[in-house]
Amino acid sequence: MKENKIAYQLKDKAIWVVFVVLVLAFTIANPRFINPNNLFMMIRQVSFYGIASIGMTFVILLGDIDLSTGTIISFVNIICAYFMVNMGMPMLVAIILTLAISTLIGVLNGFMVSTIGIPALIATFATQTAFLGLTYIICGGLPINGFTESFKVIGQAYVWIIPVPVIIMALCFALGSFILNKTYFGRYFYAVGGNVEAAKLSGIRVNRIKYLVFALSGFFAGLAGLVILSRTNSGMANAGDGYEFDVITCVVLGGVSVTGGYGKMSGVVAGTFIIGALKNGMVLMNINSYVQNIVMGVVLALAVGFDCIQKRKQAN
Amino acid sequence: MSEEYVLQLQHIRKEYPGVVALKDVTLELKKGEILALIGENGAGKSTLIKCCSGAVIPTSGKIVVNGKEFTSMTPQLAAENGIAIIYQEFNNVKELSAAENLFLGRPIRKGIIVDKKAMEEEAAKAFDQLHIKINPKTLMKNLTVGYQQMVEIAKAIQQNAKILIMDEPSAPLTSAEVESMFAVVERLRKEGISIIYISHRLEEIYRLSDRILVMRDGEYVKTLITKDSQVQELIQLMVGRELTETYPPRSDCIDENDVVLELKNVTGNGDKDISLKLHKGEILGLGGLVGAGRTELAEMIFGAAAKQSGQMIFKGKEINPKSPREAIDLGIALVPEDRKRHGAMLGISIKNNINMPIYERNSTLSVINSKLEMQIAEKYRDSMAIKTPTLHQLVKNLSGGNQQKVILGRWLAADSELIIFDEPTRGIDIGAKYEIYKLMNDLVEKEGKALLMISSEMEELMGMSDRIIVLAEGEKTGELEKGEFSQETIMAYASAANIEEG
Repeated sequence: MKENKIAYQLKDKAIWVVFVVLVLAFTIANPRFINPNNLFMMIRQVSFYGIASIGMTFVILLGDIDLSTGTIISFVNIICAYFMVNMGMPMLVAIILTLAISTLIGVLNGFMVSTIGIPALIATFATQTAFLGLTYIICGGLPINGFTESFKVIGQAYVWIIPVPVIIMALCFALGSFILNKTYFGRYFYAVGGNVEAAKLSGIRVNRIKYLVFALSGFFAGLAGLVILSRTNSGMANAGDGYEFDVITCVVLGGVSVTGGYGKMSGVVAGTFIIGALKNGMVLMNINSYVQNIVMGVVLALAVGFDCIQKRKQAN
Repeated sequence: MSEEYVLQLQHIRKEYPGVVALKDVTLELKKGEILALIGENGAGKSTLIKCCSGAVIPTSGKIVVNGKEFTSMTPQLAAENGIAIIYQEFNNVKELSAAENLFLGRPIRKGIIVDKKAMEEEAAKAFDQLHIKINPKTLMKNLTVGYQQMVEIAKAIQQNAKILIMDEPSAPLTSAEVESMFAVVERLRKEGISIIYISHRLEEIYRLSDRILVMRDGEYVKTLITKDSQVQELIQLMVGRELTETYPPRSDCIDENDVVLELKNVTGNGDKDISLKLHKGEILGLGGLVGAGRTELAEMIFGAAAKQSGQMIFKGKEINPKSPREAIDLGIALVPEDRKRHGAMLGISIKNNINMPIYERNSTLSVINSKLEMQIAEKYRDSMAIKTPTLHQLVKNLSGGNQQKVILGRWLAADSELIIFDEPTRGIDIGAKYEIYKLMNDLVEKEGKALLMISSEMEELMGMSDRIIVLAEGEKTGELEKGEFSQETIMAYASAANIEEG
């Protein structure tokens, strides 16, 4: 019992060791990696995953999964651009409306999972496919351009030397950590993920918690989508392709147990930085993108495998 | 002598770490007889038959089947030697036909193709032999529970079973189905098949069996010839242990004028027409056998299952909790039977476990008042005497007794006035048991709570309760005042629900 606790604590710290080792290895392989310009590019890239990973962390803590993240990012790209460019909506109105819609997509996931009882894997897979279709219908497959200068601030501006997306990510991580540690919702997430039956019998309305968690996942994916839109300055229907994979990998690598009930925000921060460093480093080393996919797949399998071995050891 | 017996279990002993489940149990089964195996919950019947099937490896002792000696069985060996077990849970595939289920795992094939027609013909023969009317093509899911059981029996016979062990075969059946099952069992006996029949229903045992073997607390008690035995004698043998454990004394603190909970003809969740009254400062025991509907009653009161009809009155007001949340807010708590699955949240700290039902109460704009959270956890750690170096300790690292105290602390923190205990000391060692009993006494004496205690342990039930209500098969069969408590009466109410008529 005690050893396992130590093992878990080691796991929490070990993840940062992995990050440092990775940074050193890439620096040796290509000194340009440690160049400040590159590092800033890397953390800006990281911020997209980081923002979306907050909601995913909650979902996985409950033992569920959300595959609609990538599609929500694409959908948000198109509708927000459409609102501003084609419909001439003021920026702020468009942003608020877009975030509300992405949250509602999450609520729809919550409805399917909680009220109907569809397994999260399938429910969010259905959302992923259907909303991707809707995205292409709205834009006709073409990019939407021509935003105001002020919209670019979200994705491209700096405060002092820090990119705005990084600040948004930091705020999101702080908010996520606050929800997990300081609010009763956070306690409920762990309780439901750890033992649904006991959670119900302790008076937790599990259904409501599932709605909340999927709604938050939709919201944070939407926010990530907005930042990406501002960064690329062009609404594109393929903007979020494959994002759910990277975000899930960040969260799981960060030590959140795929079976639910265990995980920390600080771990997810580390997981996100590792994925960012890995992706950036592989590009710098001119590694073929197909090979990059192989690496990412292996990383996900290793992260989940480690968690499963840990669980099994504990069970014995 | 081994000529006469088809199955002999000789001096079987089974030890688990810290517990002896079976102590020197001997069972002898003659060819073509029905041997009834009876005993209270936890008497060791299931463990004993699992030794025959190979699911449990005895620590010592011998198993002799048709003169062949074994020290332990495996499922395969058991099948090869003609031993088949009909469990309460059937091993069938609902989406396949009766014939396919009969040949599950060993289909008749032509090359690599399953020969459905041959299987259906063989199945029809097997059913005919037992005089069961089942169309072999019918899907299992379309058969009633009774017929599904028949398919199980036919499967055993088709596989050449000579020894059939039936674990509570009548429990899931309707009375008409029970009659057909009896007919099949009688026929099997005539054909020379030996049957071990486990049942709580004494009425059935008297109708079917030739001999009765009584077990108690993992020990062999006595074997009786059915037609020479009396119900009273049987009940005495089942329960006749000496009451050795002591219970902490409790002063009379019942407030007869303050009815905390009253049930009027409550029906639902498998229970029928249950009425009871529970007063402030009282411990009401709920006795009965496993499956009598006691936990089901608790679930209805706690809002975890729906009631169909009847009234529940809590503190003078009619209530209809739709969820545990509602029940908790009314002041009702449940300490569940399966502590690890339903009670404690093992991967979460003691502090969070204690506060879980009251987080919403103690939060402002959903932010937890962490000072109050800690104070509450400390308060109940002290009053429950939870032994732990820190309140951040995960509950899985605590002993069973301490886990139970955490759950108790949780419900006291939630200001519950009615606490339902489902098997309060299951899996808790003797020393910690006594502590739990003392805490329960404090709850009624000092805090004026009302406790409803479900217990399958006869001693605990009699030692702790002020009154006992006994359920059998979802109905209330008896109510005893403290002076009337006796193991025999409780057992008679619990198992002889139909015996007066029968």
